[in-house]
Amino acid sequence: MYLGIVKGTVVAERKAAGLEGTKILLVQPVDEHKRPVGDVQAAIDRVQAGVGDLVYLVGSREAALACDPWFVPVDAAIVGIVDGVGL
Amino acid sequence: MVAPMWAAAKHPAFAGRSLFVVQPLDENGKDAGTSFVAVDHVQAGIGDKVIVLTEGNGVRQILQMGDVVPIRSIIVGIVDQVSLS
Repeated sequence: MYLGIVKGTVVAERKAAGLEGTKILLVQPVDEHKRPVGDVQAAIDRVQAGVGDLVYLVGSREAALACDPWFVPVDAAIVGIVDGVGL
Repeated sequence: MVAPMWAAAKHPAFAGRSLFVVQPLDENGKDAGTSFVAVDHVQAGIGDKVIVLTEGNGVRQILQMGDVVPIRSIIVGIVDQVSLS
């Protein structure tokens, strides 16, 4: 799992089966100091996150397991909104 | 090396679980790679040096919450000492 900041939204009316009604957000992965790490990616939102939120995501197969139904073509999912990191 | 993290809104699989930001280290204790988020399974504390499992099937074996658990990283040990020969 990793941290990210929500940068924007993606609208896609036509999606693969199982993804109907899902919300897709653009996320910049970051480190614990909110410094960007890597490229912006599209992720399925499972926690009603909004633009500007610091979130944590899960990738790979577990991203699909965060979805309902879970057998879906998803490789990044937002699974929590971060309130704080104790540094 | 770990730092605690708080998140009120989270996927139900994370309910009641402590979360940490983990900084990978090399064998000399220096930072190695990018930090990531892990669930705690051993009551780790701030600054502890830990062992982290980062593989979903292993996580599901440990947590025994069924086959649909969207957790990929879990802290499974606290390191007391590392010896290099």
